[in-house]
Amino acid sequence: MSQKNKRSNADLLNRREILKGLATVPVLGFFFIKLWQKLRLDKLKKLNLLQDLIKDSKAPSIVKNIGNNDHLRVGIVGYGGRGGHLTRGLGFATPGWTSNAAERAKKNKLDKGFETFMSQTDLNCSLVGVCDLFDARAELGIAASKNEIRAGGKPKESAVRYKHYTDLVSNKDIDAIIIATPDHWHSRVAIAAAKAGKHVYCEKGLTRTFDETIELYDTVKETGITFQLGHQNRQVEAYEQAKKIINQGLLGPINLVQLTTNRNSPGGAWVWGIDPKGNAKTIDWETFQEPSPNKIPFGEEALRRFFRWRCWYDYGTGLSGDLFSHDFDQINQIMGLGIPKYASSSGGIYYYKDGRDVPDVWNATLEYPDKDLTVLYSATLSSLNSRGNRIMGHDATMQIGGESNTGSLGGFIVKADPYSTRYKDRIEKGVINSKYPIYSYAPGSKQIDGITSATSQYFANKGLLYTYRDGKRVDSTHLHVQDWLDSIRSNTLPACNIEEALHEGVTCHMATESYFQGRRIEWDPVNRTLV
Amino acid sequence: MKINLMKNDTYSESQLTGLVILRLLIGWHFLYEGISKIINPYWSSAAYLLDSKWVFSSLAKVIVANASMLSLTDFINMWGLTFVGLSLVLGLFSRYGALVGMGFVLLYYLFAPPFIGLEYGRPGEGSYIIVNKNLIEAFALYVLYLFPSSQFIGIDRLIYSSQSNSLGDK
Repeated sequence: MSQKNKRSNADLLNRREILKGLATVPVLGFFFIKLWQKLRLDKLKKLNLLQDLIKDSKAPSIVKNIGNNDHLRVGIVGYGGRGGHLTRGLGFATPGWTSNAAERAKKNKLDKGFETFMSQTDLNCSLVGVCDLFDARAELGIAASKNEIRAGGKPKESAVRYKHYTDLVSNKDIDAIIIATPDHWHSRVAIAAAKAGKHVYCEKGLTRTFDETIELYDTVKETGITFQLGHQNRQVEAYEQAKKIINQGLLGPINLVQLTTNRNSPGGAWVWGIDPKGNAKTIDWETFQEPSPNKIPFGEEALRRFFRWRCWYDYGTGLSGDLFSHDFDQINQIMGLGIPKYASSSGGIYYYKDGRDVPDVWNATLEYPDKDLTVLYSATLSSLNSRGNRIMGHDATMQIGGESNTGSLGGFIVKADPYSTRYKDRIEKGVINSKYPIYSYAPGSKQIDGITSATSQYFANKGLLYTYRDGKRVDSTHLHVQDWLDSIRSNTLPACNIEEALHEGVTCHMATESYFQGRRIEWDPVNRTLV
Repeated sequence: MKINLMKNDTYSESQLTGLVILRLLIGWHFLYEGISKIINPYWSSAAYLLDSKWVFSSLAKVIVANASMLSLTDFINMWGLTFVGLSLVLGLFSRYGALVGMGFVLLYYLFAPPFIGLEYGRPGEGSYIIVNKNLIEAFALYVLYLFPSSQFIGIDRLIYSSQSNSLGDK
């Protein structure tokens, strides 16, 4: 054998070694070719879908970038459950609440309630006045105003108890008033406050009657105060994103919107506990029932009505002002619908035959002939089958909450319609599959919350409890209160200002009137009357 | 443990082919599992962990509740799966790759075992009782560890042969 042959044999051997050593590298190459093909297809799909919106998915900036140097002094009328939540939004929780929340967080690491409260922005305000007709609640409000466990530490001032709202309203040192009374007191307190030059945050439903709505609207307009209606869904990031999608016409012509409420617990049906401390001495019952059409003497029945007032038309408007108002405002925020031309409604007391006079199953139809649109609302208090809200377009449907919930709070999905005109080509090419969402919005999807009670879950799915800013969980009530205070300081309009409030108020009253009268109600925008 | 390179032992050609194919298939699976997580900005192990049952469920909840532990877990999963995948496909340190991979899949199994009476929120992609695909993949990796193939087909062949050559030169 020559030297040359030996070397070539060695070369051959080496080459074979290398070949065997790298034999599987082509598999990796093949993998990356396939990966690239898949990514390219995904990208093409996204481009073809609604991906153009994702670029724009930055959280809306709620803080108006104004200094909050002006210290504001706030009073509250009505310190019930909702009042407590609103003052927490301001930065004042009762010592009982903070210790419970801290305890819960210790036991369950996923419970972020305490952390969310403590990381709230300090709104530079004090809670200086509490008015409640029930002593025990008023005392809680005062305790909350002094609690040092809060963002910003020790409060600058603490609250004084007012027996009657007129005394609170006439205090010149109070800048702004939160109204969280039952609905039958809203307009009286709000009108008095506006006339005294106080800014007003009023809980929904706006008023108990249609006439009160118009009177309140006119007063707010005349006095020029900053008015915010308590629909904290206005601060939900997902709805601002939904609005962009609708505005770009990506759902095509929309002719039907379906809104739902699904609850199935005594708490959800307003059968709330009767405080054992409640009696003739601790509750000012006569003042409570002063604005209501029917009066009853203090006793067992009065106690029930005091603590479960949502069950009677004497104090509220039932499902209309209490829950439909949330869904209406959500859709009004997303689609800018305004007041419908016609409304009709029907329902009955089918499950909770506990002496209430408001229906527990109630459906309303709103018609917008100039928009070629009908809005259907359907509510039950005896089934938790979560149907969600749907905006149904010819080209696509947007589902907010409900069974198709993306698993995250306050999210929504958009699915193309199999018979869509807009997406026809892409459906035929297989780029769009109408079975799967073409867009899904799940804010905070990398963050997990442990929300336990069924009612909390219900509100959270509707975006009423928490929303997300830059992926961080924030209490939407806090943002809504902040929006109001910022608007007061900068003399601008808050998110759910008096115009939006008028839409909510009139629409809800049209539907309620229809239930009472058993006929379709028409809105006359010129004379501002119900026909 | 002494690593037996089996340089002098041999597999039959079909045995070796079978082992290499198994290695490539599992490697491919790991690689895509890893890369798909890396390129998805929304991926998080949180949903899987929250659905955890049995002995590791409380540990899983502690991880999810702690943002930095969760992102560390996410990081380890994304890159760990990718590197195991590369190791198996390329035949580079494949024995270690197989062992680490087995560890990953065993953990997935133990965090959510298909035991009788344990119910999971997410829909299953098959029907399992005690044995599921994770357990099978874990033991397939154990087989790959016991019957390594990368010193015949894979970059390990070049590493080991250059090592034994240099040893031989001495």
